[in-house]
Amino acid sequence: MIPEGSLLAAHDLRKTYGSTPALDGASFSVHPGEVVAVMGPSGSGKSTLLHCLAGIITPDSGTITYAGRELSAMSDAERSALRRSDFGFVFQFGQLVPELTCVENVALPLRLNGVKRKAAERTAREWMERLEVDDLGSQRPGEVSGGQGQRVAVARALAASPKVIFADEPTGALDSLNGERVMELLTEAARSANVAVVLVTHEARVAAYSDRDVTVRDGRARDLEHAV
Amino acid sequence: MTLLDSRTAPPAAPESPKPASRGAVVLRDLGLGVRFAAAGGREGWIRTLLTAVGVGLGVALLLLASSVPHLLDERNAREQARSETRISDSPDANAPKSDSSVLRINTTTEYHDRTVAGYLMRPDGSTPVLPPGVTGFPGADEMVVSPALRQLLAEPGNELLRERLPYEITGTIGDAGLRSPGELLYYAGNDTLTPAKGGHRIDGYGDSREGDPLPPLLIVLTVLVCVVLLVPVAIFIATAVRFGGDRRDRRLAALRLVGADIRTTRRIAAGEALFGALLGLLIGLAFFLTGREFVGSVEIWDVSAFPADLVPDPRLALLIVVAVPLTAVLVTLVAMRSVVIEPLGVVRRGRERGRRLWWRLLMPLAGLAVFGFTGRISAYEYAPEKPFGIAAGTVLVLVGLALLLPWLVEACVNRLRGGPVPWQLATRRLQLSSGAASRAVSGVTVAVAGAIALQMMFAAMNADFNRMTGQDPTRAQFAGYSEDVTGEAATSAIERFRATKGVDVVIGSVEAYASRPGDYADEDVQPTTSLTVGTCATLRELARIDACEDGDTFVVHPPGDKDMTAWVDETARKGKVVEISSGGKPMRWTLPADSPTVQGRKDPMGETHYGIMATTGAVDAGKLPGATISVQIRVDRSVPDVAEYVRNTAATVDPGMRFVTLDSVERDRQYASIQTGLQVGATAVLLLIAASMLVSQLEQLRERRRLLSVLVAFGTRRSTLGWSVLWQTAVPVVLGLAVAVAGGLGLGAALAWLIEKQVADWWLFWPMVGAGGALIALVTLLSLPPLWRLMRPEGLRTE
Amino acid sequence: MGRGRLSDAYTSGVYTPCTVLVMSIGHTLLGLLESGPRHGYDLKRTFDEKFGQDRPLHYGQVYSTMSRLLKNGLVEVDGVESEGGPERKRYAITDAGITDVSQWLAQPEKPEPYLQSTLYTKVVLALLTDRSAADLLDTQRSAHLRMMRILTDRKRQGDLADQLICDHALFHLEADLRWLELTAARLDQLAKVVAP
Repeated sequence: MIPEGSLLAAHDLRKTYGSTPALDGASFSVHPGEVVAVMGPSGSGKSTLLHCLAGIITPDSGTITYAGRELSAMSDAERSALRRSDFGFVFQFGQLVPELTCVENVALPLRLNGVKRKAAERTAREWMERLEVDDLGSQRPGEVSGGQGQRVAVARALAASPKVIFADEPTGALDSLNGERVMELLTEAARSANVAVVLVTHEARVAAYSDRDVTVRDGRARDLEHAV
Repeated sequence: MTLLDSRTAPPAAPESPKPASRGAVVLRDLGLGVRFAAAGGREGWIRTLLTAVGVGLGVALLLLASSVPHLLDERNAREQARSETRISDSPDANAPKSDSSVLRINTTTEYHDRTVAGYLMRPDGSTPVLPPGVTGFPGADEMVVSPALRQLLAEPGNELLRERLPYEITGTIGDAGLRSPGELLYYAGNDTLTPAKGGHRIDGYGDSREGDPLPPLLIVLTVLVCVVLLVPVAIFIATAVRFGGDRRDRRLAALRLVGADIRTTRRIAAGEALFGALLGLLIGLAFFLTGREFVGSVEIWDVSAFPADLVPDPRLALLIVVAVPLTAVLVTLVAMRSVVIEPLGVVRRGRERGRRLWWRLLMPLAGLAVFGFTGRISAYEYAPEKPFGIAAGTVLVLVGLALLLPWLVEACVNRLRGGPVPWQLATRRLQLSSGAASRAVSGVTVAVAGAIALQMMFAAMNADFNRMTGQDPTRAQFAGYSEDVTGEAATSAIERFRATKGVDVVIGSVEAYASRPGDYADEDVQPTTSLTVGTCATLRELARIDACEDGDTFVVHPPGDKDMTAWVDETARKGKVVEISSGGKPMRWTLPADSPTVQGRKDPMGETHYGIMATTGAVDAGKLPGATISVQIRVDRSVPDVAEYVRNTAATVDPGMRFVTLDSVERDRQYASIQTGLQVGATAVLLLIAASMLVSQLEQLRERRRLLSVLVAFGTRRSTLGWSVLWQTAVPVVLGLAVAVAGGLGLGAALAWLIEKQVADWWLFWPMVGAGGALIALVTLLSLPPLWRLMRPEGLRTE
Repeated sequence: MGRGRLSDAYTSGVYTPCTVLVMSIGHTLLGLLESGPRHGYDLKRTFDEKFGQDRPLHYGQVYSTMSRLLKNGLVEVDGVESEGGPERKRYAITDAGITDVSQWLAQPEKPEPYLQSTLYTKVVLALLTDRSAADLLDTQRSAHLRMMRILTDRKRQGDLADQLICDHALFHLEADLRWLELTAARLDQLAKVVAP
């Protein structure tokens, strides 16, 4: 049921919004340091799958196991704590706190984890350098371009040294050149830090940065290489 | 040809084709704004409604305030109409007895801290005059009551009041005879009242004399209360006009994209604001008219009013109708000066410029200058123009404080660095846009600063309005005083008080006059002093008596008053006869030769007693021809309703007995009503401001729905965001309160100086600071449920 | 662009590019036979109807294909009618034939440009034979993605020229993928048209 050696695995997830099923028996797994693309048409339930895997929402039924712990058995507070310490997030847009400077945004997950401000911002600057946005430190998100903002978001996702990064259409609002650069930086940084990435996208060229892809259709995830 | 032609008929400059005149363009743009406001879809409607309701609330308050003069006039008129017609300047003068005259005595009592006004009335003939609002004269042991009193008597739990007013209700007093709908009033019929028992004969109702003019200090106070309450309302209206401004700016940006210029966008925005304000006027009128109907049934702090009394002063109403839309447009135009609406979005400017301090300081300084120019005003001086100088100065100072606040908030917030995450989120947010927060808070500042200044002024005026009574409520809590009773009745009355539930000690004495017998020439005065008869225990409360047995008598000297001591000795000659009287036929009595001489002391009422004091064994009080009873009663406060038991006893002894509750300080009634007004108004204003802060807060939260969901995904604790909401409200409010306290104290000190008083209490601002804290808590608490709701992960799904 | 190396990396390469068309005709005819034995003439007509809009099948092509299939044991002669016509044999598919069709359908095409006609044929056949067209499309998507992943990897390690060449291929593959997704989304509609 849980593939050998997986870091995060889900089995037979079901989730219904109202009367429309978003997930209908989806299964999924990711190994440490592995980049998995979750693909599928819009409305297929791939975002719901990501939210379930990240413990943001709880599925109606099914099991999610992270590092040997059952997510559905955890309280909301415990799951929040897990997201703070072990998970990182990149969304399509609107994720940077507009009033904080870029470096404060990157330092935010660390600070939520209880790291002191000075130390958090030092780490944040290192990650911003990795993502080639170290010159934006004191600017606010409203003052930087979309590609830069998205790199800041990637830096933020990586800053707290997570084990898994959840990226929901991270390049959806970017042109192809910027999008590819962001993907390149994200996957490179994740691979070198042995961070698993769950990448939700509908773009094949973005998914091509993954090690493996999973297709969600009608609420069911199909992992072709492992299933066939 | 050309020369001549050009001289006679210079060629007209070719007119550039104009599609419409300037006026028409302005009207078109304003109209466009109105259309946007009225037909902007659901969003547009919500924005317009928010503004309109906000403005409406403010307008309703303004209309209410503008009705106060009429309300007071009407109340005064009714009060005067039900006062007796004075037949001379002497208040004691009785009208001649006639078929229509009435003997009456004021039997006003207190019940559970509320005043129950009442009269016992005995008709002299068959056609007695009727007070306004009364259709039939109540027969003996019947009464007519106000609707409020009727209701109170009917409610369970008020048996003690029914016991005190044991009359049958035969009618209701109409509105014409009542000051306010909540007034507790009765007129009871009686057939035993006599002038000797305190009855006062009247022959008509309606006091045509002018009421006492308000003293200048009271005018100052009244004007100040209005200013303190109305300036925040004006600020609130100005804030309400800006509700949803960010969204409007974005829409205007879209208009710029299709070719509107900056002026057009301003005019469109002005049109929108105008529409909101006009709608607000209508809503305000509706609020006012509906609210007016409820004022009659609601009583706040003993204040109620007849709906018909709440009629706005026409001039003030006109001012409101003109000023509110004008303010709306002006505020919008001023607000838009700090925003550049570009075709592709909205750019806020002024960030790099920062707010300037100097012109903001100008206003409070100008206010102080006006004070200096007006000069000081004394309590009794008649200077009708000075109150307006003081009011103008106060307005300048208060508005100046409101203007100072945005600068201060910005200056302080920009210096804030670091701190925990919630603090950082809040301060960064404030740094990005402190304007919205400080605008709402400036209302708090004005209200609190004004209230502090006024309270300081009240405290400083204590000497004028509050008499230090010298009463000692630890020795007795109630005092009664009844005239012209027989000695027998007096002694039994004292016994009845002793027997009353909850009464510990009764200091009950019977008083009469004692005079030195003999014939005296017209220019001489017969030496007279008082004779007080009571038990040893009672006499000890009135004089410094060591040894006392029943049958003893004492000569009591007033301490530290030589003249009076000599006068007492003139009358109270030991071993000689004195004549005892009290209006009736004198009785002769010999003062025992062995009566010791002692010093008098103050009774619980704060009065010093002296003259002859006799124990009940020495003088039989029951045989005194006419006497006054005086009782001072100490009760066991732990007995519930003890005050009502004592008052009921007093009512059975003599309904006309003057019966008071002792307190160290006795408040002047006019003064009390102004303070009440301030409390009512300040509460309303703070609630109003809380409402506007809440609206901005919720608006902001809704706009950040997605961001909140992202933060939840990050594992942000709810408490982290809750605290940041708290700080976001608290930082500006605390700064506002600091400005308010400093400004209020300064203003209060200046006002006290102006009315030639000393500042009595520098710590009066604590309750207002507490109210500010409650405001923060209220806004934060009410923001939390929507915040929790918005923090759900569903926000991530809306794309 | 190193085609040989790439194809080694991805498939066992049974078919050479020039035989793809021929072999897919064989598989297509086999697939058509799955619904029941037919004459060669019927086969040609059905084929033209479903797949040969712009390129009708030559009779010769039908019979040469059928003879090859007969030889390989994938079809057998079900019966012969003597009336009229040049060729009155009725063909039926053998078990081996059915297996062959299944294998062919399950086998993704090598991702390269201008695959549509083959893919389309496969999808329609799957629909006609009640096989899962969605699975077929998913398998193909997966193969495309794998190719894209390899190209992306190359691109990251290569110089600008490599990047540009890879990007060209990637954009074409992406277009194919979009077509696959679109077709997947319209399978129900297609099924109604193809097999009413």
